[in-house]
Amino acid sequence: MESGFSVTGYPVTENRAARHPVRLILVLVGREIRDTLRDWRMVIPILILTLLFPALMSVVADMALGWVARYGAPIIGDRLLPFMLMVVGFFPISFSLVIALETFVGEKERKSLEPLLATPLSDAQLYLGKTLAALIPPLLAAYLGISVYLIGLFAFKGWTPPLKLLALVLMLTTSEGLVMVSGAVVISSQTTSVRAANLLASFIIIPVAFLMQGEALIMFWANYSVLWWIVLFLVVVDAILVRMGIHIFNREFLLGREIDEPNIPYLWRTFWGYMRWRPWLFGLRMEALPRWLRWLGSIGGLYRRHIPMVLRRSWLAIVTVVMGLGLAAVLGSDYAARFPLPAGVLQLDQVSPESFSDLPAIDWLPSFTVWGVLANNVRALVGAMLLSIFSFGTMAIALLMAPLTIVFFFVAQAAYAGYDPLLFFSAFVLPHGVLELPAAVIATALAVRLGAAFMSPPKGMTVGEGWLRALADFVTVFIALIVPLLALAALIEVNVTPAVVVWAFGR
Amino acid sequence: MIELRELTKTFDDFLAVDRVSFSVAPGEILALLGPNGAGKTTTVRMLAAILPPTSGTAFVAGHSVVEHPQQVRQRVGLLTEHPGLYLRMRGVDYLDFFGRLMSLSERERKRQTDLLLEQLGLTEARDRRMGTYSKGMRQKMALARSMLHDPSVLLLDEPTSAMDPHSAKLVRDAILGLRSHKRAIVICTHNLAVAEALADRVAIIRRGRIIALGTLPELRRRHLGPPRMEVRLTHPVDGAGGLISDLVHVEEQGGDWLRYATPDPDRTNPLVLRALAGANVSVVTLSRVPRSLEDVYLQAVNAAGDGAPHIVEGTVVDKR
Repeated sequence: MESGFSVTGYPVTENRAARHPVRLILVLVGREIRDTLRDWRMVIPILILTLLFPALMSVVADMALGWVARYGAPIIGDRLLPFMLMVVGFFPISFSLVIALETFVGEKERKSLEPLLATPLSDAQLYLGKTLAALIPPLLAAYLGISVYLIGLFAFKGWTPPLKLLALVLMLTTSEGLVMVSGAVVISSQTTSVRAANLLASFIIIPVAFLMQGEALIMFWANYSVLWWIVLFLVVVDAILVRMGIHIFNREFLLGREIDEPNIPYLWRTFWGYMRWRPWLFGLRMEALPRWLRWLGSIGGLYRRHIPMVLRRSWLAIVTVVMGLGLAAVLGSDYAARFPLPAGVLQLDQVSPESFSDLPAIDWLPSFTVWGVLANNVRALVGAMLLSIFSFGTMAIALLMAPLTIVFFFVAQAAYAGYDPLLFFSAFVLPHGVLELPAAVIATALAVRLGAAFMSPPKGMTVGEGWLRALADFVTVFIALIVPLLALAALIEVNVTPAVVVWAFGR
Repeated sequence: MIELRELTKTFDDFLAVDRVSFSVAPGEILALLGPNGAGKTTTVRMLAAILPPTSGTAFVAGHSVVEHPQQVRQRVGLLTEHPGLYLRMRGVDYLDFFGRLMSLSERERKRQTDLLLEQLGLTEARDRRMGTYSKGMRQKMALARSMLHDPSVLLLDEPTSAMDPHSAKLVRDAILGLRSHKRAIVICTHNLAVAEALADRVAIIRRGRIIALGTLPELRRRHLGPPRMEVRLTHPVDGAGGLISDLVHVEEQGGDWLRYATPDPDRTNPLVLRALAGANVSVVTLSRVPRSLEDVYLQAVNAAGDGAPHIVEGTVVDKR
């Protein structure tokens, strides 16, 4: 640790910042909260939502209880009180969005961000400090509002919630606040104007609104255990959002970007750059080849170099998808054990070639032709890719797990029905699955990378660059490898698999 | 204390800073002079470890801006282009906040705050909210913020912008007072007078590139040639130029004045005076023709072949 005398003769010891990282966060939090509370436009809504509204709600709850009891529906009253407890807690945290959305981009617009960036605060300290500062006032207001409501109800009706329910509502309120603030801070750190941040806030408001409606239904249903799973889900989402926010936090973007106008030519050039690969043909120099033969180098480069390189950098996503398949197997078996088919339903010795040709008669299944199977698989994987973008990659895995859970459900059912599960799997799945499964796994892994690029762009790349590279990888490998594999698999599935099944089991 | 080698910064397709190299020793003031959009602020932001460079290296106070940005920011005081104050805060609280972020103790914060507010004439305004401050006061408060932790490197972006003449002088004197054998100072400005008054060396930056670098005498010699002298006579004399043509090349002459350039005025000027006196030509004055930084700047830009720049009221402006 260095130390020396300053020009003013006063000792300044360096490296202090590194020794007190949490203290610096608290300094930032303290200033931000004091600044928030100086603004009457913040204080008055807080007071109304914290004190007036909950008091009003307890009066309304008292009146509602009396009214429903008069008509012989006390259960509605019993369910209403916890529901209003949840609402009273949610309303103060709803304005946490306002504080959080302008936390970075508002400072940027007011030109007070750069001095803050010039301090020894690390990205993580700055980000966490801003997040906590946006979270604490509304959260405390929510707890206070809940307290006012409960005091009112106790005074009017002598009602107190069970401890477990109270803990649930507090956890729900806290986790909802965390998610809203974390998401809003991510938006604030990635936009260039408060106006743009407010528009993007709909990506937070709409899902949370749907969630609240679902929670309301569950509250009236009184199946509180489901709400604990929602709390867990929200905590996981919040952890993802905070990690993502810190990881993609970019001082350069915050300071440098003034306009949100997309630079389409630059985006296209970047995307195209990631799509390109170097030709290869057994080490021969392309310039030495006749022009009409150079396309072989492109093919060679694509399959010998580029695609293996893409697969190598997707290894983590591939492992994750394979683990998902393992989970699908476990789930399928578990469901089979819990919901066994009645005896005699599964009669594989009745399978005949006509069993497969009759499949198109079932409306909701795709047509059992090569084109039908191929189109269905391609559509499913492209759909998974699109959903993956909005779900950090999770929906892609879920969409692959769903059909495989069904497959393993039937494998387990075959076992309960006395058939060899391995033979069942080998006959019904393997002939085409040996090509289709790897194709699906790779496509899903590339889709997962596309969704996860927002959370964790590769080192040295911005979020946009990481996402474009993931998209380029998906498009290249999907067209060059996945579709051919799926086409071959469809051919086998329609023409070979039925024969294998009939040979193994049928008549 | 500051060492840049081939420092480059690209934003998407735009090359903002192009292989900039210079160094600033402790005790030195370097002025980074150029029009708006030249790359001054981007360069300073890289030195302050706020923006990472695209390529090249920069070491500030012994630390790499790429590998140890936090250590760099601990040792750098940055006066930003805009004051960037929290207008709802009081001046004293604002400095206390930044002092805490710089991990100064309570005693250090109080001492530095009192000292800086007094030096910059803000003592009476310390307990007022900064939203009530004038532009000049806000700029001074921002300067105080940059100096709070007594940094060994000061980066000042347009330090006298928006200031009245009195405040500007106060700030210039404060900057000169900050000169010390332990501190390196870089001033970004498009104001030629500020650069001329404060800088030991000047780096002229245009479109991201350094087109001239050196002390003012060096820049004058390099871009304007040897010093030019002017002789004023008591009355017009025909053929006065011919009297000294063996000694110097007379560049211009009027009725009662002559101008010539000489690489060695100490040797040449006495000879010129003797020659004129020998011809009974009376001399009123022999003086150096002033060559301003403006002349240097214009010449440097023309030499760089980037087209004619504009000087408006002592500041450089540029249109791409």
